[in-house]
Amino acid sequence: MSERTPMIEMCNVSKHFGSVIALSDISMKVCSGEVMCLLGDNGAGKSTLIKTLSGVHSPSHGEMYLDGKPVHFKSPAYALDAGIATVFQDLAMIPLMSITRNFFMGREPTVGWGPFKRIDWKYADRIAKQEMAKIGIDVRDPGQPVGTLSGGERQCVAIARAVYFGAKVLILDEPTSALGVKQASVVLRYIAKARADGLAVIFITHNVHHAFPVADAFTLLARGGSLGTFRKADITREEVLNMMAGGAELESLDAELAEFQRSDTEQKASRGSAAPRQEASSSSGT
Amino acid sequence: MKSNEPNQSTAAVAEPQDERLQKISFWKKALSRPELGALAGTVLVLAFFIVVSSGTGMFTPAGILNFLEVAAQLGIIATAAALLMIGGEFDLSIGSMIGLAGILIAIPAVEYGWPLWAAILLAFFCAALVGWINGNLVNKTGLPSFIVTLGFLFILRGLAIGISRLLTGRTQVGGVHDHIPGDWFAALFSGEVATGLFAWMASQGWIGTNFAGNPIVTGIPVSIVWWLGLTAVATWVLLCTPYGNWIFASGGDKNAARNSGVPVHRVKISLFMFTAFSATVFACIQVMDTGSADTIRGMLKELEAIIAVVIGGALLTGGYGSAIGAALGALIFGMVQMGIFYTGVNTDWFQVFLGVMLLVAVLFNNYMRKKAMEAK
Repeated sequence: MSERTPMIEMCNVSKHFGSVIALSDISMKVCSGEVMCLLGDNGAGKSTLIKTLSGVHSPSHGEMYLDGKPVHFKSPAYALDAGIATVFQDLAMIPLMSITRNFFMGREPTVGWGPFKRIDWKYADRIAKQEMAKIGIDVRDPGQPVGTLSGGERQCVAIARAVYFGAKVLILDEPTSALGVKQASVVLRYIAKARADGLAVIFITHNVHHAFPVADAFTLLARGGSLGTFRKADITREEVLNMMAGGAELESLDAELAEFQRSDTEQKASRGSAAPRQEASSSSGT
Repeated sequence: MKSNEPNQSTAAVAEPQDERLQKISFWKKALSRPELGALAGTVLVLAFFIVVSSGTGMFTPAGILNFLEVAAQLGIIATAAALLMIGGEFDLSIGSMIGLAGILIAIPAVEYGWPLWAAILLAFFCAALVGWINGNLVNKTGLPSFIVTLGFLFILRGLAIGISRLLTGRTQVGGVHDHIPGDWFAALFSGEVATGLFAWMASQGWIGTNFAGNPIVTGIPVSIVWWLGLTAVATWVLLCTPYGNWIFASGGDKNAARNSGVPVHRVKISLFMFTAFSATVFACIQVMDTGSADTIRGMLKELEAIIAVVIGGALLTGGYGSAIGAALGALIFGMVQMGIFYTGVNTDWFQVFLGVMLLVAVLFNNYMRKKAMEAK
């Protein structure tokens, strides 16, 4: 697999925001038909990495290659044109606009010619409804504002949109966070299907049950740097879980919880002996 | 699903009626449109003045054209202000741009002998430049457009007065009328259309004639044509074109729009250029009409335009509104202004009425938007 040209590749990419180093020296490659799962704590740089890939930020240093060719995205529009579609954590939805308007935002299908070029609303409504049906959401009315949808439904609109427009690379930032079990499994099936269709998929999740079945490789980020990429064959579910949660922290959390419990029972015991005394003092006070 | 569906087992393919989708009445649908408040307001104001000003001549052909012309002039800038507000920004420099554009037309034409078309083109060029600078400043600095264009409100007004005094020693320039005849470009902004139709209507006795047998109303002022034309184009753009979708998106959430591939910066710059353009159209019509330019022209017009747009149902925060609403807002404005004149009420009360109407419109719009965003 490694001898193929990666669909998307980052070479020593860094991103600075003023004095803050959000990403330092990240190298990562994802081939077509491969699912890469990004792991790491909050603030590890996962979202920044994804935003750099999708053209929201341009890297301060380093190179990015799409299908072997160097690319510089001035804005997400360029990344979309190049075939990189992204589901952002904030979903990039506009509540006051209709589902269809949101679905085709920036990529409106048109009919007509010259100054009479107009949006093909019939086609757009049909596609929006159809793509939403595929993800398991039966849209009542594609003209209803996105603000009237539930959080999970909104996430589905964003995912359906990215799947519809993603030609080469599909990037998902916590796509299953607000989803019910059924929709989450549909999304995972989508990811598997995108892989089968030869797309490169990069996604972030905090749920090991979502990450492990579909991912081919895991990249672990910490404090803006990469701690390495692990192939699925070389790693177990428990190790992934440890990397996701930060195994050491979990262990210390366990110890702390045990400590709480111990002091809790101790307190209860001491309160048990103290209670009669307190009652006595309060009754004498009145 | 009801049994009146033909008994095909494959009917599911043929768009089954969703049981969760209740039939939305025409009324319910209309309620979710931004123009509704303005439409209701228009009917109310119209009814009010039909009753109160009956017999005063407000609703004779001449009277109607009178208030339509007031509405049209405001409507021209309100249309552009509406698009800009839907795009999430303000332009407070519209009024000053009107004053500056008037000066830029009159001085070269009257003092330096430029042909009028060249002077008008110069004004349009400067307007485009002002709009471009406004848009770029807002984009590059990330400052609220309120502040940036407030700066330009003073800069442009000061420039108008300064340039005018420097070149002519006055703040008023007259004598433009002499240059209008024969100028093909100026004709776009002056005079009336459909004069033949009105002459014919007079000959049929449908509209009154004066002592010389000429119709009292000779034609539709060109400003009304501009108003209706711009409103129609803006509505088409908003509802039917990708650019319209980008305007809604840029105003709704500019980060989300940018992340979805909308060229937010370009959209905003073009909208600022459009407001400056509309201010220059306003100035052209005014200069051709009065034959003079004055540096204090257009004062407070930016606020009147915002009032019309808000009465028309647009949200101050952007992402919601309509050009037809803005046109209705301008119509209400015109009717009230002329209606107060016709009914003989002290015109001091006009501003009180205007302020109250603005507040009522905002409250009503807020309420309607909440309704629209509730689960249907």
